[in-house]
Amino acid sequence: MSTTNHATDDASAPRGKAPAGERLADWADGRLGVYSLAKANMRKIFPDHWSFMLGEICLYSFMIIIMTGVYLTLFFHPSMNEVTYSGPYVPLQGIRMSEAFNSTMNISFEVRGGLLIRQIHHWSAVVFIAGMFVHMMRVFFTGAFRKPREVNWMFGFLLFVLGMFTGFTGYSLPDDLLSGTGVRFMEGAILSVPIVGTYLSFFLFGGQFPGHDFVARFYTIHILLLPGIMAGLLVAHLILVFYHKHTQFPGPGRTEKNVVGMPLMPVYMAKAGGFFFLVFGVIAAVAAVASINPIWEFGPYRPDQVSTGAQPDWYMGMAEGLIRAMPGWEINFWGHTLQLGVFIPLVLFGVVLAVMALWPFIESWVTGDKSEHHLADRPRNAPTRTAFGAAWVAWYMVLLLGGGNDIAATHFHLSINAVTWFVRISFFVIPVLTFVATKRICMGLQRRDKDKVLHGRETGVIKRLPHGEFVEVHAPLDQGQMYTLTQHVQHQPFELGEEVDENGVRRKAGPVTKLRSKLSQGMYGEGSQIPKPTAEEHAEITSGHGHH
Amino acid sequence: MSSHPGSHEDMSEENLPSERSDAHDGAVAVAEDPFADPGLPPHQPRRQDIDERAARRSERAVAFMFTLSMVATLGFIAAYSLIPPSKIVYIFPFGHVSALNFSLGWSLGVALFCIGAGAVHWARTLMSDVEMPQERHPIEAEPEVKQKVLADFRQGASESQFGRRKLIRNTMFGALAMVPLAGVVLLRDLGPMPGTSLRHTAWRKGMQLINVNTNLPLRPEDVGVGSLTFAQPPGLNDNSDDYDDVIAKAALMIVRLKPEDIKDKREADWGHEGIVAFSKICTHVGCPISLYEQQTHHVLCPCHQSTFDLSDGGRVIFGPAGHALPQLRISVNDKGYLEALGDFTEPVGPSFWERG
Repeated sequence: MSTTNHATDDASAPRGKAPAGERLADWADGRLGVYSLAKANMRKIFPDHWSFMLGEICLYSFMIIIMTGVYLTLFFHPSMNEVTYSGPYVPLQGIRMSEAFNSTMNISFEVRGGLLIRQIHHWSAVVFIAGMFVHMMRVFFTGAFRKPREVNWMFGFLLFVLGMFTGFTGYSLPDDLLSGTGVRFMEGAILSVPIVGTYLSFFLFGGQFPGHDFVARFYTIHILLLPGIMAGLLVAHLILVFYHKHTQFPGPGRTEKNVVGMPLMPVYMAKAGGFFFLVFGVIAAVAAVASINPIWEFGPYRPDQVSTGAQPDWYMGMAEGLIRAMPGWEINFWGHTLQLGVFIPLVLFGVVLAVMALWPFIESWVTGDKSEHHLADRPRNAPTRTAFGAAWVAWYMVLLLGGGNDIAATHFHLSINAVTWFVRISFFVIPVLTFVATKRICMGLQRRDKDKVLHGRETGVIKRLPHGEFVEVHAPLDQGQMYTLTQHVQHQPFELGEEVDENGVRRKAGPVTKLRSKLSQGMYGEGSQIPKPTAEEHAEITSGHGHH
Repeated sequence: MSSHPGSHEDMSEENLPSERSDAHDGAVAVAEDPFADPGLPPHQPRRQDIDERAARRSERAVAFMFTLSMVATLGFIAAYSLIPPSKIVYIFPFGHVSALNFSLGWSLGVALFCIGAGAVHWARTLMSDVEMPQERHPIEAEPEVKQKVLADFRQGASESQFGRRKLIRNTMFGALAMVPLAGVVLLRDLGPMPGTSLRHTAWRKGMQLINVNTNLPLRPEDVGVGSLTFAQPPGLNDNSDDYDDVIAKAALMIVRLKPEDIKDKREADWGHEGIVAFSKICTHVGCPISLYEQQTHHVLCPCHQSTFDLSDGGRVIFGPAGHALPQLRISVNDKGYLEALGDFTEPVGPSFWERG
């Protein structure tokens, strides 16, 4: 093989040496096949929309977290050995603390730029998980999780969940009073698991709480185990984005069979590459002015001390809300204790997240739709899905409020009991109200779309007719707008059909099929979508006499 | 890099509206279907596409941002070298901040942001913004490919004789299923067995109650009505290695109530002249309880707001805790100090499966 290469090189030699860049590319191509790779990808088209940047924010904040995290490991000592503080921060001088806390103090007060990197790291984590949340909602509400992207939806969901736990193990590392309280909460939650809880807790903490092991163990989990898995998932997520090609919003010339946009090289290299620097720059500026996790104000952890207003990072607020709102149910039987007041929230924590993760599979089962979807749905055109997503977001927000019930109570001068009861009732009521309201709004928007297509857009010009009547002049939409408003596919509800076929043989529908039919009626039946305007309706109105 | 005026002129001509009128090729007969896809709209040239002066302005703007980034990086290095980490300055509206953190953060932020802003401005104003379609291809394989793959798989499977030689198959599954057990067994030494360790604390009969703040034994007259006192067993040294493990269970909360205010008879019996000692560790998930309301004798856990009534046996009156706070039986020894009459009679802290 090498001889063949030599032969071709020799053959091209008389034309003079190729430029250095090309020779380097030739070298790489002979070993890595870069030309074939670049042929498919260098001018790959990406569609443009502001909401497609949300995923990029996640990617970039993840990269920032990795870079700043590596720097922090150079100075952080993941040890719970006790030392006496003798650094420059006067209020803590002479206080006993773990080496973990002491080295975090060192990073914050003595390593030049250490505080900045710590704050960039923590702010990026907050942005990362918030970004994933919003990105996930964008994908959900536009139906971008549909075939062929269900697997990538699951990858993204796993990244979101792992991100939460990576964040939790990360902010627990400094072994300060606030995070130690969070770790204690986690230990109590593990203890509530029936049968194995006590053993799990003893194995995780190397004995009784707090023990001397959890910082070192969380450190391995935080810097190696979880980020390793996440890096793998992230690469897989991006490969699938490339492989599937990005979804696009409907519009003239944009179909299920193409992707319209601008090429990776040069436009997206510049835009996406530039956006990395924008995100990094903004987070660096935030870290310059906004303090985050000031552990010197909390002090080192002691299991018999606590501060008021203890709050986890925002992404754990939902778990916190569950645990705070739950009534203290506890059952004793046969010498055992089932602490439902903690165990139910622990289970619900998984359930709340799983409900969202599983929706794409529920939807595809109900619709029975086997085709690929590359055009993003306008949320209004899928009222049931949109209402479900909005209800889920409302549910999540109720729990976030529940996680900060003490903050809400002190800020708004309310009774903590009243706030907690509000959360308990809202947990069941608010999602239902949100579902109903969102669905109605979607239907209203569908009606407005239909009206616009058939009657045109309101121009704001008022005309007085000869007999004195005032009418508003409507201008017809242009072709592109009409296409955009009518291009979507409307699913028909799945009918069970006749119980008895034409030969008189009974066809019995199983309970699963019946459920599917019921759900389908609910999602695509008469009350759940407005039939989109047809060409006949349009022709009748535009050619008729009543046109104004 | 960005200064090729010639190429801009080429691009601008190419982007003129008249040149792109063929973009309507996707359009179909409009008369038949009013909602038909009209195809991609023609490209609208930007100012920079047709006016070289505007393009030059963009070029200068991009170059300015890149230059500003370089200056900011130099500023970062200067700040790192010149400003001591301990310097605190007052900056409106941020208040008293670390001068080093503030200057490093802003210079790094500007250095990074300007690279990004320059690149994005370059892409938006000078690089071609002609939208073009690219075809998608179905992801599912063609039927021939699928048949080929399935045939290959069947051939490979039959060549392995996997299905025919059941003994090999079954023993292999057995081996693969068992070998992870080695890894599971290895986890055993992560921690000791719980045993009864969660049932006991450091408290023993005759131990004096030591004030956590003063490190002195408490006498009844040290505990006034309306105050909340924290105590620990004697001989505890917060320098000792297992201090945290011991205090995590033994932390004590002492209050004095008027004897007639105590509603629970056992509580009164287990105290001394209205002085009662309860576990400080919340029975919900183990936070230390620290908020005491003098009038009602309620204590509130600041973590999840479980509220306990210390005048009624530590009963839960609100919040997620599942059972009352354990009480420690106390008395006064012959020297006049408060002492424990034994360990807690039930496990302190959060519930667990074996608690019963």
